[in-house]
Amino acid sequence: MLMRDLGIIPAPEAGAAGDEASPYVNLSRRAFVGGAGLFVLGVALAGCSTYVEPDIDADGFDLPDAGPSPLTEVRGGDATPALWIAIDKDGAVTITCHRSEMGQQVWTSMAQIVADELEADWDKVTIVQAEGHERYGDQNTDGSRSVRFNFHRLRVAGAAMRKMLVAAAALYWKLPEDQCSAKAGLVSNSQNDETLSYGNLAELAGRLAVPAEADITLKTPREWRYINAEIPSLTVPRIVRGEGTFGIDVQRPGMVHAVIARPPQLFGRVGSFDDAKTLAVPGVLSTMRLPDARPPALYQPLGGVAVVARNTWAAIEGRRALEIAWADGPNAGYDSETYAAQMQATARRSGKVRRSRGNVGAALAAAETRVTAEYYAPHLGQTPMEPPSATAEWDGDRLECWACVQDPQSTRETLAGALGIDKELIKVTPTWLGGAFGRKSKPDFVIEAALIAREVGKPVKVTWTREDDVRHGFYHSVSAQYCEAGLDKDGTCTAWLHRSVFPPISSTFDNSVSEPSDGELGMGATDVPFAAPNLRVESGNAKGHLRIGWLRSVANIYHAFAVQSFAAELAHAAGRDQKDYLLELIGPPRQLDPAAEGAKYGNYGASLEEYPIDTGRLRQVAEKAADMAQWGRKLPDRHGLGIAVHRSFLSYVATVIEVAVGKDGALRIPGVWVAVDAGTVINPRHVRAQVEGGTIYGLSNALYGAITAKNGAVVQDNFPSWRVLRMGEAPRDFKVEIIASDAPPGGVGEPPTPPAAPALANAIFAATGHRLRTLPFIGAEGDTLRLPPRQTA
Amino acid sequence: MAITLNINGKSESVDAAPGTPLLWVLRDHLGMTGTKFGCGVAQCGACTVHVDGAPTRACVTPHDALDGAKITTIEGVEGGAADAIRTAWVANDVPQCGYCQSGQIMAATALLRDNPAPDDAAIDEAMSGNLCRCATYMSIRRAIKEAASLV
Repeated sequence: MLMRDLGIIPAPEAGAAGDEASPYVNLSRRAFVGGAGLFVLGVALAGCSTYVEPDIDADGFDLPDAGPSPLTEVRGGDATPALWIAIDKDGAVTITCHRSEMGQQVWTSMAQIVADELEADWDKVTIVQAEGHERYGDQNTDGSRSVRFNFHRLRVAGAAMRKMLVAAAALYWKLPEDQCSAKAGLVSNSQNDETLSYGNLAELAGRLAVPAEADITLKTPREWRYINAEIPSLTVPRIVRGEGTFGIDVQRPGMVHAVIARPPQLFGRVGSFDDAKTLAVPGVLSTMRLPDARPPALYQPLGGVAVVARNTWAAIEGRRALEIAWADGPNAGYDSETYAAQMQATARRSGKVRRSRGNVGAALAAAETRVTAEYYAPHLGQTPMEPPSATAEWDGDRLECWACVQDPQSTRETLAGALGIDKELIKVTPTWLGGAFGRKSKPDFVIEAALIAREVGKPVKVTWTREDDVRHGFYHSVSAQYCEAGLDKDGTCTAWLHRSVFPPISSTFDNSVSEPSDGELGMGATDVPFAAPNLRVESGNAKGHLRIGWLRSVANIYHAFAVQSFAAELAHAAGRDQKDYLLELIGPPRQLDPAAEGAKYGNYGASLEEYPIDTGRLRQVAEKAADMAQWGRKLPDRHGLGIAVHRSFLSYVATVIEVAVGKDGALRIPGVWVAVDAGTVINPRHVRAQVEGGTIYGLSNALYGAITAKNGAVVQDNFPSWRVLRMGEAPRDFKVEIIASDAPPGGVGEPPTPPAAPALANAIFAATGHRLRTLPFIGAEGDTLRLPPRQTA
Repeated sequence: MAITLNINGKSESVDAAPGTPLLWVLRDHLGMTGTKFGCGVAQCGACTVHVDGAPTRACVTPHDALDGAKITTIEGVEGGAADAIRTAWVANDVPQCGYCQSGQIMAATALLRDNPAPDDAAIDEAMSGNLCRCATYMSIRRAIKEAASLV
């Protein structure tokens, strides 16, 4: 018996399924199963007489032409099974993941969705990474939307494939399709005890017409076997052995290594340089002056001088030996301290109205009590544990890149522009990403590798050192906010004014833009869920002087910090319990439409019909988190509980934090309780991990995170000065509850971050009476909280 | 000048510039990429290996100072503690992105070998040199305790 052991259902001719040239695609399972495949067709059914599954010969069927797939444009994109699923003769199921794996477990969750509707045997599922290509639709792995964008179409793809396998079995048995059904990789029928395995059916099924969506029946949630189940990760068993290929791990024959000295200022330039000492460093091969960056920043490399060497260390040593006189650029005057004062002054002045309800001015004038507060949040760096790294190989006509990128399609397009070649000549395959948090959405480091590879004619790996990562990032925006509210004599909030000032991300793409965008304001400012009868949200402009980019949960970080801190400040002014007052501010369960009050609100690209702003769900998570923390219990002296609740990326998260603050300001976090409603959940393990990770990410920023600039250059350089939270500071008790929901899936990776900082600030206030309005609370050098004078009100 | 290093029980001949940190010898000269680069200044622990059993930051350890030493990396760490750690890591799906986890596993294995029943304070002390930006810290704590019960 001679069998082919590779994809019977033709895999897309992608680097997707089974591109042997990819240096890191996991073919080990395929090889293993392939070897065993010769023996699997004899399936003994327990308790029955021995049934030997016949070997189906697809050529024995006279089939009409299958025609084109009718599933190329289902909701979410192309659901044609062959794009996503390959089934070997021996039953191995290879699922293509077109999103980048960066720790959110998207390999596992995408596979769960497909495998569930496919009724695959999980033990036979392997995942492969897709290269960047439009055929997959959106591959930009940010915005917490891999599941949201792909849940429906991957279910359709799996279900269509299942239907084709069932149809193939029906054809073989000469039975009506409705007398055949699929389960865990086998098709059975209602007439006898025979079964046919997917591997045996795959070739015949692959010749059948792809069914139309109307003819496909998706499983009901009760029938789900892998969706909403605690399926173990597909990546972890390899990680624990040091296997798997991150961007920095790519190796190519003849590869050389490069590190780059970049101008300290954005749009600074190389005045002159002397590489004599560099070229004397053992292992250094050459230097290369990179083109200067010019505004707008876009995804351009920053310029500077590359050192090319036989190994990374020689390149690092060679860079150390470079003598470069940097020339100032247009951002030479950027100084964080001066800039903060300017932004704060802007925040105190009337701004552009971005949402308005009632008459805030009149209500403030009539208020019994007026409360004002100003909040400040600095730039942050994403600093994934794997710094940016990319490998490029140029053969004179074509370019191939392997890199830890969140969006291989924009990488490919940017490469095409930077090299002046057609993108069809460029192949980009994401490696595993050693964390990303938004930094790896920007492919500047891949462009660097490509430019150098073209120059030196060898495969080149560009490694960013940690100093490069901290000093030359796409930073989370710095922000100043002003809040003012009016309370009536009962303490009820009658007027809410929130003014937000920050250099927008769009300044990275058009340096003339200094006005906060609707998208950024829609992350926690214009979508504020409060019921005050008079409400106004304003923005003030600020010019960007660093590259501003996305960082896990983006503008939600500073907006939730201000809004949820100020909510607790109002509770204090009204003499009320924080949590009760927060629920009163939110008001009764209802659905909000910020556009009805003049906001240009995008709702993360989703419709409000499908994903409403539902204050009932917001209240529910707040009440749940409070219950989990036993809100209202008696606490030890100098302990305090703080709560914050926030909707972002279409999910709802409430966080309660308990702190213990010593007289000297020393902080401990004995407990964190988080309730999350993310709609339909694919894997509760992933949700818990993201809630823990996203919360700690937010706490780390809140306690220590600050990127500052002096003379246009970033001051911090590595983990000592860019401080992040360590094991010993992590909460001892951390509980997560996932609200059961059949709502469509929302985001999970980012929503846990925004409530962390305000919940912490509110807890510190509860413990000490000190209100912290400036982030970070400790900073890189300190051991204790920087407590401002105590509030007396 | 080539020197011979004992890595995971095997003799490896290495011809690297004097002073080249072990990290880059492993990754670039020997192609052993399981040991990761995170900071280069012994602040993050991603490059943790064992030198004669002791957790060591490979990014600041010159390879030519390791003549005669037994070097163990994530690819070669074995034994009861390492097995228990790996088992608990998989059972708890500890890693998220996984990049720091080679270092975490090397640090946790050394901890468990020295202290078969570490409490929270011992775990914090042994593991605080290993950063994780995905913040798998709570999972690591759970898994170390579970691993202790497996040894």
